[in-house]
Amino acid sequence: MRQKDPGLQVKYEMLFSRTLVITALLILILVIGLFLTLLLESLPSIQHLGFGFLFGKTWDPVSNVYGAYPFLVGTLLTSFLALIISIPFSMAIAIFLGEYQPTGALSAFLKNIIELIAAVPSVIYGFWGLIVLVPLVRSLESKIGVVPYGIGIFTASIILAIMIIPYAASLGREMISMVPAQLKEGAYSLGATRYEVIKAVIIPYTKSGLFAGILLSLGRALGETMAVTMVIGNSSIIPTNIFAPGNTMASVIANEFTEADRSLYLSALIELGMLLFLVTVVINVIGKRIIKGFNT
Amino acid sequence: MNKQLLNVKNALYAGVILTAVGFSACNSNSGHEGTQDSTETATTDKNALLGAGSTFVYPLFSKQFSEYNKATGLKVNYQSIGSGGGILQLTNKTVDFGDSDAPLNEEQTKKIGVDVLHIPMCSGAVVLSYNLPEVKTALKLTPALLSDIFLGKIKTWKDPKIAAANTGVNLPDMPIVIAHRSDGSGTTNIFTTYLTKVSPEWTSKVGAGSSINWPAGLGGKGNEGVAGLIKQTPGAIGYIELAYAMQNKMPFASIQNKSGKFIAASVASTSAASNIKLPADSKVSLSNTDAADGYPISGFTWAIIYKEQNYNNRTAEKSEALLKLLWWNIHEGQKFCETLHYAPLSPAAISVAETILKSATFGGKAILK
Repeated sequence: MRQKDPGLQVKYEMLFSRTLVITALLILILVIGLFLTLLLESLPSIQHLGFGFLFGKTWDPVSNVYGAYPFLVGTLLTSFLALIISIPFSMAIAIFLGEYQPTGALSAFLKNIIELIAAVPSVIYGFWGLIVLVPLVRSLESKIGVVPYGIGIFTASIILAIMIIPYAASLGREMISMVPAQLKEGAYSLGATRYEVIKAVIIPYTKSGLFAGILLSLGRALGETMAVTMVIGNSSIIPTNIFAPGNTMASVIANEFTEADRSLYLSALIELGMLLFLVTVVINVIGKRIIKGFNT
Repeated sequence: MNKQLLNVKNALYAGVILTAVGFSACNSNSGHEGTQDSTETATTDKNALLGAGSTFVYPLFSKQFSEYNKATGLKVNYQSIGSGGGILQLTNKTVDFGDSDAPLNEEQTKKIGVDVLHIPMCSGAVVLSYNLPEVKTALKLTPALLSDIFLGKIKTWKDPKIAAANTGVNLPDMPIVIAHRSDGSGTTNIFTTYLTKVSPEWTSKVGAGSSINWPAGLGGKGNEGVAGLIKQTPGAIGYIELAYAMQNKMPFASIQNKSGKFIAASVASTSAASNIKLPADSKVSLSNTDAADGYPISGFTWAIIYKEQNYNNRTAEKSEALLKLLWWNIHEGQKFCETLHYAPLSPAAISVAETILKSATFGGKAILK
């Protein structure tokens, strides 16, 4: 054992805290660096296109016209639609595993399955979507009388919804299982039913956590590339309904980056990346604000 | 307490300075990172050449280079990163040769600064595949039909214009679903270049390029993506590489060529398309060929090298090895084309390619005699 030398002790403490600070700062620098790189590389496009980039409705590499609006719409539409589809499922799973069946073999099994959903590579979802989901959606589309493409915004949203369920479900389950027993017992002793306990005690107590989970899954949906590219239809025309083909910012970048043979084209694609980055940041900031509102 | 605060501050400053330095370093040689290293390895290893570019030609190059390795012991490492990427790598001098499905455009030519040579390696055809289970014989399509379909003007298979070209064929009353490539691709470039040649309306509304603004249809990633869309969607039509269609036994349409004949795509009819009078630099689109037996939608893929091979301290031996390899490719190497469904160069193309290769120099002197 080392002798306790107070001077040395202080030195070690200092060294330790400094290491922590530097490591944390490195991450910060990385994120700032990422943003600066995107900004610098997209400068030619920003100078050339200005705000036209944001609101332009045409993406035409042949005539060097780049408008990100159709992809912005596509990204937001698929992500929020996926969120709406996924919320009932993720919340149901969270409540079931957090409150009704917190322990036991069934619970452990379900928990593992949910985590597995998050671990499956997205290209596999894309394949599954293409082979199984697309024909199903196509037959649905021909029944309700829209053009039966099978692929499009709607199909992409369903795939995304499945992919993001685990994020909200896991965090939600964690939060719900942490609700103090006294609170619940108090409510039961006042004659509340189980549903009433969930509604009046558990949900209000955990809502910031549940919302944080939803936010996390939204972040995942915004950036998802491969699975979406395979089923969205990759059309630069602004979608007129949720069954129409569309395109997302991440898909366009993945599709066109390797063969972008002019500097303005390349720069516009990088600016698209920056826009995606900013959209994610803005949504996160708004989400954090809402969570703060819950807590005060 | 104060001291600790100071430390945090110091660390912060250090971090900011580090980032700044990092960025300025990146900027001063953006795109050249690692350039030096890989050239070094490329030049030090006498028995290895480095290439990068087109994914289209990759299966053929793998076969050719492995055969060449067996014969001569020269190792060729070819990375199929896409034509645009290959040109960029050549511009940065990280590779000995690039390969592109389209000649360098104006901006790329300006960026590279010096003379480069385009040497045709083989040609490939783009076919129109479709999903019409009732149609047993090959569909016939005219240039006007093709452009109208892809412009979204002809919307159903029952359209009288399609029926006029396909007498006796029972066409279903189904909407036409167009499938195109979503990723930037030489295949798209060949197909859209063809459409601009045959249709003024396509030229003014859409144009040609490796990525374009499609007026209609669905996009799939890669040949397999488009093929998947076609196979899955009844009534679909889309363009894919001939090799891919043949390997997967997909039906494809006969296309009317400039001489008015309906030509089914094949290795022979694609080779025939390049048997025309070619310009001395070989930079020509083969689409809408004058050859009477030529399939009209095809194009060369070109190996691209610097005309003056004495750059970046390259040795004369290395340049000679490169030129000999390419010479072998356009002669003995051609026999590997057909089994892989590539079209071998026509006699006219080989003679042009020979002249181009002979014009390469090292320190002003011709490398090949």
